Amino acid sequence: MKINWFTLIAQIINFLVLMWLLKRYLYKPILNAIDERENKIVAQLKDAEAKKAEAEKERNEFKKKNETFDRQKGELMQKAIEESNAEGLKIKEEARNEANALKAKLEKNIQDSQENRNREIAQKIQQEVVTITKKTLTDLSSASLEEQSVLTFIKKINELKEDEKQKLILTLTSRKNPILVKSAFKLSNKQQTEIQQSINAVLDVESQFQFKIAPELIIGIELSANGYKLSWSISEYINSLEKSMNDSAKENVKTALEKG
Amino acid sequence: MELSPDETIFWEHGFITINLTLVTTWVLMLFLIVTSILITRRLKTDIQISRWQCVLEMLVTGMNKQIKEIGLEKPEKFIGFIGTMFIFIAFANLCIIFPGYIPPTSSLSTTAALAISVFLAVPMFGIAESGILGYLKTYVQPTFIMLPFNIISELSRTLALAVRLFGNIMSGGLIVTILLSIAPLLFPVLMTVLGLITGIIQAYIFSILATVYIAAATQESESKRVKRKKVIQ
Repeated sequence: MKINWFTLIAQIINFLVLMWLLKRYLYKPILNAIDERENKIVAQLKDAEAKKAEAEKERNEFKKKNETFDRQKGELMQKAIEESNAEGLKIKEEARNEANALKAKLEKNIQDSQENRNREIAQKIQQEVVTITKKTLTDLSSASLEEQSVLTFIKKINELKEDEKQKLILTLTSRKNPILVKSAFKLSNKQQTEIQQSINAVLDVESQFQFKIAPELIIGIELSANGYKLSWSISEYINSLEKSMNDSAKENVKTALEKG
Repeated sequence: MELSPDETIFWEHGFITINLTLVTTWVLMLFLIVTSILITRRLKTDIQISRWQCVLEMLVTGMNKQIKEIGLEKPEKFIGFIGTMFIFIAFANLCIIFPGYIPPTSSLSTTAALAISVFLAVPMFGIAESGILGYLKTYVQPTFIMLPFNIISELSRTLALAVRLFGNIMSGGLIVTILLSIAPLLFPVLMTVLGLITGIIQAYIFSILATVYIAAATQESESKRVKRKKVIQ
């Protein structure tokens, strides 16, 4: 149990050499590797953290966009519904208007056709009535229908009420043109003279006369001057008959439309 | 009976003696260096590493942690000295599982060399850390009266380091040798296993004590650093 001094010194040197070599080939590389790895892991963790944050940010953005999109979708949907409702109402209104227009047109058509028919009937009746009246008057009296009508006209002038007479005098005296006398048939000179005399008697003045034939009067005589009109003709009675028939036809159409 | 590998001499020329202790040490050194080079040649810095690298990293980081726990803030500075001491002693002691092997640590010359290394390293680290005055101050801590005791303690602990390691390892080997002649079966194996444990513990004790001594020598600057830290905080 003694110390070999050479061995002791050699072992100290050995230890120092070993220390230097191990430091160079073991501790340094290992510690460096550990440090490098730790740095790498830290960097990776940081990177992961950054990515996570970015992902979170993107997620939030996406969520926000989604919400905006949903809201816009809802708004658009609402708008579309409102527009379609408005459009529907508009279309309905248009359809209703069209239907009303069609109804009105139809009514007018029916009315027109009714009126046409009535007119035709009236004309036919007028003609029939004229024919019958003519025949009847001819059969009943020795005078012709024309003579009767002239007599009736003269009678009407003579039987005028006082205020009507004044009105007639006022109108005829203030005229400039000759007094126009329209008749459905040609008046004989005698008839013309009779008419002139009766009017002159009323006016108490000699007046100028102009005689014209007007077939639309059918039977009758019409006196006109300055817008004043005095007449007797069968067309008045026929017009009255026609009016009454038209009223009756209109009533029928209205009832039919209300039912239909 | 040879008590020390120093007594097995291969070559001798005057003061120069090449004995079993030196040869074994060189072989161990060679093995450690070659292994280190081989392993650290292919070090990876990826997350996945080889098993050998993992073992070495565990060893190095474990040592670092121990040094730090004892109170040395920058273990990288001391691992060269303390780590080499631990690895050398542990490896030398573990090799007793090879028959006929006599560990160099059972030679008082080796343990004394290691103890002297510690004896010299302590003031060196102390001066490097806190300057000559700072280091010398540790001898008059806590009071001036303690100076002789501190010097005695310095010397005696060096002696204790050398003798403790030598005694433990030499006795272990001696016991196995003696037991081989008394009970050649099984019992020496158990004693060898015990020797392995003892060897590791001795390596640990030696290194830890060296660390404690260095830590004590650098205490001055450490305490200053701690105070500075507190002030900054």
